[in-house]
Amino acid sequence: MPELPEFETSRRGVLAVGAGGAVVASTPAIAAPSAVTRGAVPSSQVAFRVNGKAQALRLDPRTTLLDALREHLHLTGTKKGCDHGQCGACTVIVNGQRINSCLSLALQHEGDEITTIEGLGTPDNLHPMQAAFVKHDGFQCGYCTPGQICSAVGVLDEIRQGIPSHVQADISQAPQVTNMELRERMSGNICRCGAYSNIAEAMAEVAGAKA
Amino acid sequence: MKAFTYERAKDPVAAARAAARPGAKFLAGGTNLLDLMKIEIEAPTHLIDVQDLGFDKIEPTPDGGLRIGALVTNTAMAADQRVRRDYPLLTRATVAGASGQLRNKATTAGNLLQRTRCPYFYDPNMPCNKRKPGSGCGALGGYSRQLAVVGSSEACIATHPSDMAVAMRALDAVVETVNPQGRTRAIPIAEFHRLPGDTPHIETTLTAGELITAVTLPKPIGGTQIYEKVRDRASYAFAVVSVAAVIQSDGSGRVAVGGVAHKPWRVDAADAAMSRGAKAAAGELLAGAKPTQDNAFKIPLVERTLAGVMAQARAA
Repeated sequence: MPELPEFETSRRGVLAVGAGGAVVASTPAIAAPSAVTRGAVPSSQVAFRVNGKAQALRLDPRTTLLDALREHLHLTGTKKGCDHGQCGACTVIVNGQRINSCLSLALQHEGDEITTIEGLGTPDNLHPMQAAFVKHDGFQCGYCTPGQICSAVGVLDEIRQGIPSHVQADISQAPQVTNMELRERMSGNICRCGAYSNIAEAMAEVAGAKA
Repeated sequence: MKAFTYERAKDPVAAARAAARPGAKFLAGGTNLLDLMKIEIEAPTHLIDVQDLGFDKIEPTPDGGLRIGALVTNTAMAADQRVRRDYPLLTRATVAGASGQLRNKATTAGNLLQRTRCPYFYDPNMPCNKRKPGSGCGALGGYSRQLAVVGSSEACIATHPSDMAVAMRALDAVVETVNPQGRTRAIPIAEFHRLPGDTPHIETTLTAGELITAVTLPKPIGGTQIYEKVRDRASYAFAVVSVAAVIQSDGSGRVAVGGVAHKPWRVDAADAAMSRGAKAAAGELLAGAKPTQDNAFKIPLVERTLAGVMAQARAA
């Protein structure tokens, strides 16, 4: 992959902040459109809302939604795992639906409403799914966890909407929150620590069902 | 990823005209195209994002069928009450494919147009006539367990990866398109995907810039509809083989098979043999098969999977 000017800039920014021991990066200066217009790479504008906040970016068209979130908006809760839609670590919620942010160009999301793990809850005010993951030990190393939690929130919503799944015996009926349903619907999220059983228990608790 | 320019199309014919230019490609959900662009197997210089064209509706047709817009997501199609009631085979096949996240983004047309998952196609260090015409086929004589057993050629033994398309084939879906001149046409799905022959890089009968606008399903045919997918994991894996069958109460029916060929595989003589049982029908389906040592197991596996499907239908 060619070295992109804005990529270098944002990397350096992150490293400098890390070396200085600061916790909060000065995101506005880096995310501002003017910072990424150098070089010959053609750039395009996109505007969307992330976690309720309007964002306008000028980006190389190649920028995925994942990279826009992480490298330009510095919302690094969303993780890059395989970068090919196979692991689910990059799962975010767009217009109410969970998607792989790595397989979507940022430019495809003009006007969209995006929710990342940072928008679901905060350390002081956890989303019920985050609290349930903590309670049930739904993780070990934690790298896949933001994607797991965004996906889990999406799954319960899909079951509420009656979206059918592969493991339903009768697709003319509404799906139920069973352990089999949760496992099938979460199959796009890989956990190399193998916390699957506890993730299913956390989800069942939030859904008010017995796993 | 190679650099490209991007536009959001507002009009289907203008989009088709733009896509007819060399290097241009349509972008819908992007789940397969972006995957391939990241490893530069696809390297378009211009992308035409078609998401605003309004092809996202499911509507009844005058002859009692259903018209599924090209941009309807796999999730929305599988969940539609009319699809679940009248074409349960299609819902079953669609939810057997990919993951929930991917189905939320993947579209009807994009699913038909997805590229093979042959590992030699994905590995730029290997020869592949589909990726680089004339470079040879690494899969022939390589590791071919997942690959085609029928309809293949000396140039290519890749399979079509879709589950949805196998159900569409069994249901006699029709692909509707518009071309850069504004002319529309309807392509029966049997004629939509091509066999590899000596041009495996040409996968469909679409012409330059031709844009899929919808897929129509004929009037419901009833019967017991079963999609049985055999795979290496219980979820989120491509089919080793899959069987899409519609079986009527007298034992007659139709069958299409996935995971065995360059396109969803259906044979008239196999449909005619359905009432004579799985051995007869599978024999017709796979007549002339040329499996490799690695994938010869697919021949009995298709028969056994079909036998299981027929037993389920009898019990239904």
